[in-house]
Amino acid sequence: MNKIWLVIQREYLTRVRNKTFLLSTFLFPIIIVAFIIGSTLLAIKSRNKVKIAVLNDPGFLQKNLESDSSSVIFEYPPDVNSSNYESKGYVGILKVNNDTATEKYVIESKKSLSIETMGYVERQMKKAIEYKMLQQKNIERKTLDSISEASEKAARITNQLDTGKQANNKLPYIIGFGCGIIIYITMFVFGAMVMRGVMEEKTSRIAEVIVSSVKPFQLMMGKILGIAAVGLTQLLLWIVFLMILVNIIPLFVSAETMEQFQQVQEAQQQLPGGSNNTVALEMLKATDTLVKEVNWPLIIICFLFYFLGGYLFYASLFAAVGSAVNEDPQEAQALMLPIMMPIVFGFIILSTSIENPDSPMAFWGSMIPFTSPIVMMGRVAKGVPEVVPWWQLFLSMGSLIIGFIFTTWLAGKIYRTGILLYGKKATWKEMIKWVRRS
Amino acid sequence: MPLLEVQNLKKYFATQKAVDDISFTVNRGNIFGLLGPNGAGKTTLIRMITGIFYPDEGQITFDGRKFDPVNDVVHIGYMPEERGLYKKMKIGEQATYLAQLKGLSKKDAIAKIKEWFIKFEMQSWWTKKVEDLSKGMSQKLQFVTTVLHEPKLIILDEPFSGLDPVNSNLIKDEIYKLSQKGSTIIFSTHRMEQVEEICDHIILVNKGQKILDGTVKGVKNQFKENLFSIGFEHIPANLNGNPPFEMVGTKENAFIVKITDGHKPNDVLNYFLQQQSGIISFNEILPSLNDIFIKLVEGTPLTRQFQAITA
Repeated sequence: MNKIWLVIQREYLTRVRNKTFLLSTFLFPIIIVAFIIGSTLLAIKSRNKVKIAVLNDPGFLQKNLESDSSSVIFEYPPDVNSSNYESKGYVGILKVNNDTATEKYVIESKKSLSIETMGYVERQMKKAIEYKMLQQKNIERKTLDSISEASEKAARITNQLDTGKQANNKLPYIIGFGCGIIIYITMFVFGAMVMRGVMEEKTSRIAEVIVSSVKPFQLMMGKILGIAAVGLTQLLLWIVFLMILVNIIPLFVSAETMEQFQQVQEAQQQLPGGSNNTVALEMLKATDTLVKEVNWPLIIICFLFYFLGGYLFYASLFAAVGSAVNEDPQEAQALMLPIMMPIVFGFIILSTSIENPDSPMAFWGSMIPFTSPIVMMGRVAKGVPEVVPWWQLFLSMGSLIIGFIFTTWLAGKIYRTGILLYGKKATWKEMIKWVRRS
Repeated sequence: MPLLEVQNLKKYFATQKAVDDISFTVNRGNIFGLLGPNGAGKTTLIRMITGIFYPDEGQITFDGRKFDPVNDVVHIGYMPEERGLYKKMKIGEQATYLAQLKGLSKKDAIAKIKEWFIKFEMQSWWTKKVEDLSKGMSQKLQFVTTVLHEPKLIILDEPFSGLDPVNSNLIKDEIYKLSQKGSTIIFSTHRMEQVEEICDHIILVNKGQKILDGTVKGVKNQFKENLFSIGFEHIPANLNGNPPFEMVGTKENAFIVKITDGHKPNDVLNYFLQQQSGIISFNEILPSLNDIFIKLVEGTPLTRQFQAITA
């Protein structure tokens, strides 16, 4: 036991004192935050003003089209035509098309307009036409506005749960998905770290020196646990660091920019694929609701459990691969493939089951230890016991524990043979033979 | 009571009888040579003695008791042929770590390492990394880490490979000193001149089996071919009568002769005295271990063929 402790200490200290550890620990959150802020600021900057000239207004356009000073401006100049609009500073001309029967309105432009601009123009056109039609039926514009406002107010709906709590549909989604992604990434990062560590011991030929004083299993477990401690340390530092960043940034950024920031985020949300930055935004603006509405203790306990459990489940397999590989890194890749596939598969299940946490796929994905650390995190965030009954959570945890005991036992046998075997290319078939013989 | 006793040790792998029924005894304070060609099973044998492998059959007795890998490994220092160190770790920390794994406290470990570093003039190395060392330097470091915890049994697999003559001698002297202090040393190699020089007792292993066991002198006597060299003032022109030997060759002013069965060295001397030849030297020629090694191992295939094991 004392020897495992020595191995753990070495594995932990050599990694934590390493420069790359410090760099990745402090740079990673900065890069993530900088990426989110940068991409949003870029979106604000690139949101250029577009002037559009409206030709031969049939009468209702000038009255009803609203310009937005920060994006699209409609103007009604008398002396503009298709040949000179560019020189007059217009990006395009909007005109009523009399030739074709299909689309009545056309925007002529040299370059194709952005989706955002087109979307804005379309919304404005729809509104303008609606008003025109209403007017034809003798309904005042004011009447309509008041009706739609009133109906919106009256139709506000909350999802009341049997437990009396109010369901928040967006936040659990974000938390579940975020935790799932973090577990997914860390399983790769720290699994690969274990594998590289084992390969280093094997190729630098120190393995035989060490196993003459420590049992191979102790060496393997020491490495796995040491790196687990590294992972926890890094995770903890990231969380602390992110919290600090999130709290500091609003101090440096003016309120105006923040507002613009939100506008852009909302605009992006309406576009397909534009929702990637919303996680950060939610975090930024909703710290209050975050604290109140989520069962944080349970989430944190589950996260730590599945983080560690998933890591332990796969780390020993990565160690086994590392022990079977010789100098050639390509060999490692070929052997890693069968281990990486279920992890990637787990991520795919996560992305479908987060919408649909009761589907059979989500259920089985969260029970089988190959995918459960990733999938269950996504489901747990949706609520225990509302969505995931307690028995499912405990069954999943239990099967993960049994799972990692089994993989560790299996990997230990491969490791013991592999670590001292030089020059021979190992295949999975051969590794299974090692398990049987020892 | 011998320090190490190995009885009928067997270890079969899927395709090879790596160690096939080997027994031997290593006495306390001895320098014991474990010889054999490549692939003879030396490494497997050593791995069983160091507790890395479990034998399939047979017994190892260490220090009078049945060998218990978990507790006895702290009394063994093993420097494998395939040796290595953590490249990125500082040398002082690395040596401390390895010593701690052998059961030393951190304080004792550091004190001992400093002692050895002074002895080998390595004081300035403490904060260097292994990747900065030359091969010879890391070899010295490896030796230090092997013997640091003052093990009862030290196993050295090819300890001199890669060392220049100066460092070779330095380590050889330390091996002698350790053995005088009571450590027992198993020394595995195929460099015979070193074995002749430092070993008390040897065994020769080939194809998983022990084919020779004895003291260096005993083994040489066992394989002597009754060859003698006789030096003369003037080489006798011809050999008259019926000499009690066969001529094997001449070398400058000397004959190399093989005494025929039933005769003794004195008969040879008598013969030449009667011939009035001026004898200036008379020596027995013992075979070198190298010759014996080659003679015993020759004829077996250079590398072992894989065989199916049904056991």
